[in-house]
This record gives sequence, structure tokens and C-alpha cells, in this order.
Amino acid sequence: MIQDTVTDALLLRKPKFVISVLVIVFIAFFIGDPSLTAMGHFLEPVIGDPAESGLYGRFATSLMLAIIFVINLLLISQIPVFKYQVFVVWAELVVLFLTFFYSFNLSFEFIQSKIWFMITQGIFTTLYVSAISIAIASVIAVVGAVAKLSSNGFAFAIASFYTSFFRGLPLLMQVYLIYLGFPQLGFVIDAVPAGIIALSLCYGAYMTEIFRAGIMSIDDGQWEGSRALGFKFGLTMRKIILPQSIPLIIPPTGNQFIAMLKDSSLVSVIGVWELMFLARTLGNKTFNHMEMLITAALLYWAMTMVLELIQSRIERKYRKQTSR
Amino acid sequence: MSEPTQDSNSPIISIRDMNKYYGSFQALSNINLDVSIGERIVICGPSGSGKSTLIRCINRLEAHQSGTITVDGTELHQHMRDIDKVRSQVGMVFQHFNLFPHLTILENCTAGPMWVQKVPEEKAHETAMKYLKRVNIPEQADKYPAQLSGGQQQRVAIARALCMQPRVMLFDEPTSALDPEMVAEVLDTMIDLAESGMTMICVTHEMGFAKQVANRVIFMDEGKIVESNEPKSFFENPQSERTIKFLSQVLVH
Repeated sequence: MIQDTVTDALLLRKPKFVISVLVIVFIAFFIGDPSLTAMGHFLEPVIGDPAESGLYGRFATSLMLAIIFVINLLLISQIPVFKYQVFVVWAELVVLFLTFFYSFNLSFEFIQSKIWFMITQGIFTTLYVSAISIAIASVIAVVGAVAKLSSNGFAFAIASFYTSFFRGLPLLMQVYLIYLGFPQLGFVIDAVPAGIIALSLCYGAYMTEIFRAGIMSIDDGQWEGSRALGFKFGLTMRKIILPQSIPLIIPPTGNQFIAMLKDSSLVSVIGVWELMFLARTLGNKTFNHMEMLITAALLYWAMTMVLELIQSRIERKYRKQTSR
Repeated sequence: MSEPTQDSNSPIISIRDMNKYYGSFQALSNINLDVSIGERIVICGPSGSGKSTLIRCINRLEAHQSGTITVDGTELHQHMRDIDKVRSQVGMVFQHFNLFPHLTILENCTAGPMWVQKVPEEKAHETAMKYLKRVNIPEQADKYPAQLSGGQQQRVAIARALCMQPRVMLFDEPTSALDPEMVAEVLDTMIDLAESGMTMICVTHEMGFAKQVANRVIFMDEGKIVESNEPKSFFENPQSERTIKFLSQVLVH
């Protein structure tokens, strides 16, 4: 997106807009009734005992919060550098989130005693299950995409049946079907391979569509140019078409990988000791459910952020290459 | 250029009673054409007259439905196994260049020989540089297509086709997508190629080029070859009504 160059167009320079924000935020707070929160205690000298302050207390605390919100907004808009603006907003949001979690009265000793195991066992399993699955899914996707684009009815039928089936069933159900269904056929299958198969097949189906779109986006001229030089299909695909579609395929594939990282939590239902499984089981004995869930949530988030970073690096690299 | 393997009088391309349909629309009807080695043919005609389709049939980028097309002794049909061999002997230059944007100029030129003809890298490299010199852009060898001007890209496309040592070169409106000031450099390259004795079939609107290098000018309309003559008679004494009208339209400007 290209930004306009006129700063006067900024919404926050318009009093009308600022006042409407103030009013909307005030109403939202008023509905939520913040008089019993920390802000209510802070305003005790004005409104008396927050619990008995009634509508007046509710009004005062809501107005106070709304004003703080708007002042904060105006101050941030004054920061001249985009990067710092982003940083300040992120920092504020993180502090708010942490305060929110903190208010649960979590036992940090319990978290401390388990976190190392969650990382070595949970994150490790989650990562390797996801990595293997995405690798297999990519191979399935190339084959599936070629089959879907081919004029061979047999190949097209198989590929479209496959994508339709695996995109049409909930992943959780696929995990169960593979784990419980294979033994019916006489193959007893371990939980980890069953999870990997389910994830690969499901994401292979989605990625087939991504690869198909990537291949289709390459100009017909590239096929004709290759054909005119006498390249066979496989050679054209490998050396000409796929290398050019990779930059288009990477962003949605990165997206899929991030989604898979979290969907891998579904294989916890068949007893794979990945992060989600540990989050549910470790706190059971001592009723420290919240501790483990929040820790696991933050660990998932951290992994995702790392992946996002890697993805944007790769994208930048390919963008440089195409603009040369 | 490789030496002709057959008697230079026998045609290298021979098209007999060829018809081509897109669904029920007849794109080419009853085409008969012989091209001898060393001949330089220019095909012109209004858009939609089937001229591009005709040369695309010659290396079977398009399939014909009836009649025969024979290239260098090999008949083109649906069940052939060695179409890639035929294609590698017929060089093609496209309107939109169709260079491979992810490969350097040099890699574009060595890809065909190395991957199809299994020429060793060093030899392919040498051949590529020879032809890049011939089209006057050896200094661009390590750049990527997007860094070159349209005219330069088209000259690379010509060099790329020549690297396969083709017996025939097909040109499909090679200057139509170029800015006006770049047309000349591409035409110069083509004239140079024609003078070296290459067999060429060019679909083009450049009548000056036709006058200068063609042995034969073919005028097509509505999928048929309307007129075929050597350039002097073609331009000075056109026979058919359609040709006269077409020439009056293109030669005015």
C-alpha cells in the first residue's frame, strides 16, 4: 500500500474524530463497569468506596479511562518515527496482557518447575512433528498440483478427490480416523507417525491448491519458450516453472506452516507428548491448569513470532531477487 | 550453422493440405507451403489471419487437425516420440521474448544446449558467448533479463534460439512488442542472420524488412494463403484485391 503524503489528512488531527473516539470508548467502558478495577481504587478520594459509588463511580472511572486512552492515542501519534510508534504500542499491549495474566494469581514456582520440560519435550515434539509434516505436505502438494493441472482424467480425479476429502473433514477427525482406522486394516500405527500422516495429508491438500495457483500464475510464454527449446515436461517444471513460482508460494506456505504449528496441538488427543498435551496434563494433579495453559500459549506465540520473522526474511530475499 | 544434410533443393519444411481448427472455428484452411534450405520467407496479413498460428504449427506449439507438416524429414503428428528433437532443430523467437527471468542471459543461452543436447558446460558457454557477440550484447551476459531493454531482450532471445544450432528459425512478430526506437536493432540482427544463409520464416509487419531480405512474401487472410510471390512483384504488382487493400493500409504510414 502506498501512503498519502499529506499529514493533515490524519484522522487524529480532526477534533470531531477524537471526540467520537472518546465517546465510543467511554460508552464501552461504562457498559463494562470499571469501578471495581484498579482505576476505581485509584479514584477512591473522589468517588469514595468504589463498591458503593454506584452510577457516579461508574461514570467517573469510565471517563477517566477513556481520557487516558485518548491522550495515549494522541501522544503516540506525535511520535515521528514509524518504528518507535510500533514499538511503543507493542510495549503497551504486552504490559496490558501481562497484567491480565498476572491478575490470575498464577503460581510462578509451578511454572518454573515445569517450563524446562515443556520446552525440551513439548516444543521439541511440536516442532519436529510440524517440520516433518510440512516437508511431506510440500511433496504431496507438488504432485497434487501437477495432477490437478494435467489433462489426464485419472490423475485429475484422484487429486481432486484427495483435496476435496482432506479439506472437507475436520483435522481432528482425520487424526482419529488414521490413528484408530489403520489398526482396523491390520496396521498398528504409533501416535507420532499417525499424527504426522494426518497433518501431512491435510496440509498437503491445502498446499496443493497453493502450488496449483503458483504454477498457474506463471505466464504461458514460459511454457512455450521451454517447449520451443525442446525441454520435456519434467525439465520445464523443475528448472523453469517451479523456480519462478517459489516466491509466490512462500508467503502462503509460511502461513500454512504457522497454522500447522498450532494445529499440531490436535495430535495431543492421541497422546503425542507435544506442547498442548503437556499443557493439559502437567497441571492436572495440582489443579494448576491455568499456569500450564498460559505458559503453553506464550510458548506457541513465541514460536510463531520466530517463524513470522523467518518468513519475512525469506520473502525479502526473494523480493530483492525479483526486482533486480 | 550445421551443414545441410540433404540436397539443398529439397524442402526442409513441407506443408500439405493442412487444416487447423479451434473448436468449430477454422483457423487455417488448406495450407500448402514448401520452404527450401536458405529461403527467407516473410508472412504478413491482418491480425487474426492465422499467420502466427501457421508458424506455431511448424514446431507443433499448436496441433493441426488434417493434412501433413514435415520438418526436416520428420512428419509432425500426435503420437510422435521425438517432438523435442524436432523442436530443438527449429529455433523460435516470440513476440514477448519469453526469456527465463530467473536465469542470467548466459544461463538462458546455455540452458537448451546443456539440458537438451547434453553439451558440456564449457562448450555451451563458448557457443553462447559466440552468439551473444553476434547479437552485439556479450557484455550483458551476467545480467538478468529484467535489467535489459526490450530490444536487448529480443536479441538475447535470438541468440538463445541460435545456441541450439537450429536448421530453421521462426520469428513470431519479433518487433511488435518493442518501443519504436528498438525495432531497428532487432531487425539489424535478423538481417545479419539472413545474410549468413539461415533459413527463416518471419511473421512481421515490417515491410521494409520484407523488401530487403525476403526471397518470398506470403500474404494471408482468413486462414488462407492468398498470395505468395517474390518481394518485388509482391509489392509492385500485387494480384489479389485483399493484398492491394492490405498493402495500401500498411504502406501509407
